[in-house]
Parts: sequence; C-alpha cells; structure tokens
Amino acid sequence: MRIIAGEEINALLNTYPRNAMYTLAVMQDMQRQFGYVPREGLDALSGHLERPLSELYAIATFYKALSLTPRGKHIIKVCDGTVCHIRAGTNVLDGIYRALGIGPGEMTDDGEFSLELVNCLGACALAPVMVVDGTYYGKIAPESLHEVFDAIRAEGVID
Amino acid sequence: MNRSILVCCGTGCIANGSLAVADALRVALAGTDVAVEATGETEVKETGCNGFCENGPILRVMPDDISYYKVKPEDAADIAASIGAEPLERLLYRDDNDKPVLRQADNPFYAPQHKIVLRNIGQIDPQSIADYTDCGGYRALERALQMTPEAIISEVEASGLRGRGGAGYPTGSKWRAAMQYGEYPKYVICNGDEGDPGAFMDRSTLEGDPHCVLEGMAICALAIGAQEGFLYIRDEYELALKHVTKAIRDAEEAGILGDSIMGSGKKLRLAAVRGGGAFVCGESTALMASIEGRVGEPRAKYVRSAQRGLWDKPTVLNNVETFANIPVIIGGGGENFALLGTDSSKGTKVFALVGKVKRTGLVEVPMGVTLRRLIFDIGGGIVGDRPFKAVQTGGPSGGCIPEKLLDLPVDFDTLTDYGAMMGSGGMIVMDDRSCMVEVARYYTNFLAEESCGKCAPCREGLRQMLSILTGICEGRGLPGDLEALEEICALLIDSSLCALGKTAANPVLTTIEHFRDEYNAHILEKRCPGGVCRELTGSKKDGTGVTSSKAGKGDLRV
Repeated sequence: MRIIAGEEINALLNTYPRNAMYTLAVMQDMQRQFGYVPREGLDALSGHLERPLSELYAIATFYKALSLTPRGKHIIKVCDGTVCHIRAGTNVLDGIYRALGIGPGEMTDDGEFSLELVNCLGACALAPVMVVDGTYYGKIAPESLHEVFDAIRAEGVID
Repeated sequence: MNRSILVCCGTGCIANGSLAVADALRVALAGTDVAVEATGETEVKETGCNGFCENGPILRVMPDDISYYKVKPEDAADIAASIGAEPLERLLYRDDNDKPVLRQADNPFYAPQHKIVLRNIGQIDPQSIADYTDCGGYRALERALQMTPEAIISEVEASGLRGRGGAGYPTGSKWRAAMQYGEYPKYVICNGDEGDPGAFMDRSTLEGDPHCVLEGMAICALAIGAQEGFLYIRDEYELALKHVTKAIRDAEEAGILGDSIMGSGKKLRLAAVRGGGAFVCGESTALMASIEGRVGEPRAKYVRSAQRGLWDKPTVLNNVETFANIPVIIGGGGENFALLGTDSSKGTKVFALVGKVKRTGLVEVPMGVTLRRLIFDIGGGIVGDRPFKAVQTGGPSGGCIPEKLLDLPVDFDTLTDYGAMMGSGGMIVMDDRSCMVEVARYYTNFLAEESCGKCAPCREGLRQMLSILTGICEGRGLPGDLEALEEICALLIDSSLCALGKTAANPVLTTIEHFRDEYNAHILEKRCPGGVCRELTGSKKDGTGVTSSKAGKGDLRV
C-alpha cells in the first residue's frame, strides 16, 4: 500500500472552496487519486471544512462510489441491472471467480483487480455488461474472461 | 454535394467500437481525395446515441439518409468508396421480411417513433454548441427572454407537461408555486440521477444533446427567478458528465449562459454535480441533501421543495427528459405540444425497450401507445419467438404486466390503476424462461440494499420481504407466505417516508396478483416453472462458492 503524503491531500483540498457542498466531490477526487478515501484524507477534510469526522464518516459509508479500504489497480464493475440479471449476468460473476478467484467487494491477493457489483449501467442492449477501468465489455461470454484479464494485466494501467 | 457521415458514439456504440470506426473512416476518406470533385467533401461527425444500441455501431450518411449497422473498422474503405455511389447492401438493416432498409424512417424500429426529446440526438455533435444552434437551439431561450415569467409558465401549463421522472407532477404548477415565493436566492435543479435499472433515456439525452437540457433549465430559471442551478448526474455516467460540463462552459463562453443570459443582464450559473452511487438520491429531497454535502436521505414533504428546497430556498427540480421538452414548448407553443398524447398525459415519452425483445433500444412515442405496439411492432416481438410472459415497467417502483393487459395504453395514470406505473420509462420484456418470483426477489433485494434506513417500515419491511422471497426461491416457501408478504406491502405503502418505500411493494404485489400460480408452484410443489431458481431446478451450483443466482445473499443480512 502506498504512503499518501500530506501535501498530496492538501493540494487536493485546496482545489475546492471551504464549503460543505464540496464534501462528496473532494472524497470522490480522493477515491480517484488514491483508489480509496484514506483516513488521513478524512482527518484533513474535517479540518478544512470544520465538519466533525463522524459526519464525514457517515457520508463516506453512505455513498457506494466511496471506499474506505484500498482497491485494486484495475476496477471491474459488473452490472447488476435487471436486464443483465435476466440475461444471466450472474454467470459473469462465476466466470470472474474462476478467472481471478474473487467475489463482489473483494480484491485479488496481488492487488491487481477489485470486483464491484454495480447498479444498472444503462447499456442494456449489450447485456450482460462489465466495465474495467472505464472500458465497456458487452455480451460477455464468461469463458472468455481469462483472456480479457490477461490482456489487461499485460497492458498495465489503462487510461 | 457535401456530405456528413454521422457515427453514433453513445455509450453502447462506443462499447461496440464506434470510435475506432470513426477513426478508420477518417483515414479511408483521406485516401479518396481524387473523388472529392465528384462527390464533394465528406465529414465524419461523432454524434449521440441513436437508440438502436443492439445493432451498433450505427452509421448514417447524410443527406443521402443511408443507415449502416454493426459497422466494423474493416468496413471503412468500402463505405468510403460507396459514397455517392451504390449503397453497401451488406451493412443495411434487414426488416422482418429480410428486405434491406436504406432510410432510418423506413426501419420498423424508427418508423412509428415521434421524436421530440430525442429530436437532435444522433444528428448533431453533442460537443458542438454550433451544431445545436444550427438546428434551432437556444431560440426558445431567446423567445423566453422576451416573455414575462407569467407568460412562460402559462405556456408550460397549456402544454400539459407532466414530470417525466416518474411521478408525473404537472410541471407548470411546480414552476408557478416556486415563482410565487418571494424568497431569494432560488434554485433550479436537473435530476440526472437515473437509477431505475433498465432505463437509460436520461443518459442518452445528457450525452447526445446536453444543450437542450441546459436551455430548458435556463427557461425555468427565467420563469421562477433563479440565478443558480445544478445538474445532478449519476456517478456511472462519465460521458454524460463530460459532455454536460463542456456544454456549460461553451454556453457561458458564448454569452448564452453566465453573468448575462444572451446580453439580457439576467444571470444564470449552472454546475454539474457528480452523484455518489446511491439510488435513493433520485428522490428529490435526498438529491438536494446530497448537493448540500450531506448524507442523501429524504425528508418528509410537509413543505414542498418549491417553497423550501435546496438550502431551504424555493427550488424547482425536474427530470432531464422534462427539461428537454421545454424548448419545444416555448418555441412551438404549449397548445401545439398538447395535441400529442392522451387527455391526461401530453406529449411523448421515451422508453427504454430492453430485455428479451428482438429490437432493443430507446424509443420515443406519443403517450397512449399500447404496450403491444411497443413490444411487438417496434420491438419486433420476443427473441427466438418464444412466448411472452410479462413486461416490467417503471423500475423497482413499477410492476409486472401480463399478456392480458398488453392492450392498455401507456400513460401516467392507466398503468398506475393496475398497480404498475410508467415511471421513468424502463420496459423490461420477459419471456417464458423468466421467473416472476425471482424477479420480485431481485427488485426487493435491490430496494433493501438501496433503502437509506431512515424510516423503519422501509428498512425493516424490505428485509423481511426479502427473507420470505429468498425462502420461496430456495424451496423453503410455506403456505401463508403470500399473505405475510401482502401484509408487509400494505404497511410499506401506508407508512414509508418517501416514494422508494411507498412504491417498493409494486413488484411483489403485481407478481402475486398476475402470477400467483408461479408462486404456488414454488411454495407447494417446490418447482420453478421458469427454470431459473437453482435450488428448484435440480442443477447444482458450480462449486465456485459464488451462489450466482444471488439467492442466499439476502439471507446473510437478515
């Protein structure tokens, strides 16, 4: 796990005015930059906005987009919308388990992949759908998932 | 003749590789300079979603009006060569009689549609403000600047427009209420937190024609006297957020929005706000709490948001699709708009027709069209010509409608009378291999996870319902389960704080009403007629430890 420098957090905080309405936006930026919302970040934000830490913790645990623990280098989001569900989207979860050995909310031991089950991504025509690092994969055949993940692993971080 | 090739770059087509197609086309066209004299310039333009996502990437050559489907980068050279010559038959859509279709208007998926909200999408580059103004954009705002707030609101009232987010509250009344309060500042909010599974019309609108939403919001701001506004956009909709943010910046730079709307001296500052991935934030008061930087919990609405909304100030909150209608109403007149639709529901509605239907996609039709026409004419019927079982409308707040009710007209009130609702317009078609008990369990699980937990009926009631439904799906159903479910449902309807809980009973009650046989087969015979529930079909789990029917997941939490 990488060490997060105080300057990094301060630089991020200083891009926003000291207004409670930016609480969620700051946390989302932390999530994007660090892969999760670190405790140091919440402490600093609490001071920056003069809001109690408990309130920030409530927010961080309420919104699904935020995670308080580090996540993998690559984020796999599997759509659990109705259409993906009735088009057997859950077989995709089986496929991912076979390929990577992780279930929803888990991370591979090498820290490469995290798996999240998300609400409808609105790409129902392509069901079942998964998104890895922002790239959509439609009409997934669970048996082909090995190749997809191997390719992603080989390429490193995809923009 | 100068041409443009419109390449659909909605989320669906991008996933199918449309960006690569656009690039390949540019390369291929650059190689055909010799032909320019004969065929004129050809420009490749990336547009928003055409709605027929299943057949993407979609391409449209204009003004010839030739549409190509499922285009691959390898086809680029052939397409470039065909410009001004014979159309490429292999990429044309084939109708139900296997006849190739050239024009979009002749395609059975598009022919019955009437586009108001989606009027520009697929025709313009959503990232170009010039494209929007070229097709009449911001002219309604110009007109609104010459009108009094009273006149704007009267026009909206005359149109009969009702909120497209699901509840169907008359838009004009909402605006009038907010106008009448003399407290400032006031706010205008666009709800783009489209959370219903299976609905993606708002995403397509924000991605494909963001300026029309901004124009609708600006007209609203003029009418109620707001100088600040927010677009709350779902976290998952990255492309929509990108296009909206650019549209706001471009409109401000062009002097259309910002410190002086089109030089009028009236001010409007808009900002896009990213949602946090909570379904309940689609509820208006929860959404406002979220913008304020709090946990997104709804409040009781003794006092309406028009009086005390965002930061306790008068606020109008409308859905994306509602705002997209406004420029047409102000530009073309409210009475003209009211010519379309039914007595109580005017205009059109965009539906996301998805599931086990042949032609999947976004469809805009006048209100009052029947479900049968939507599913069997526009949608082309069921995949593999299997038997139709049900259509689920309105997302987790809606219900399942059986075959015998397919001739009902779809509008705000009719479906509600039958325990379902039109809602935001998701239509999920199910065939005989869907299990209605499992569908009810799926929605209950969804709502139990998304319930914010503020009020007990919703928090505890949904968990109990989930526990019972999971039991039925896993072969542990008991006589009396249905009565228990109905009792909890009645409690939820009566005593939940917000619409999430009040409507959460709909998927369960409608499936019990119309598919009681299926429940009984599960409970009494331990049999799943749809062949979905694993514990009842004799097939074993695959040993991965992941219960992929997701049955069981609820149990752990109860």
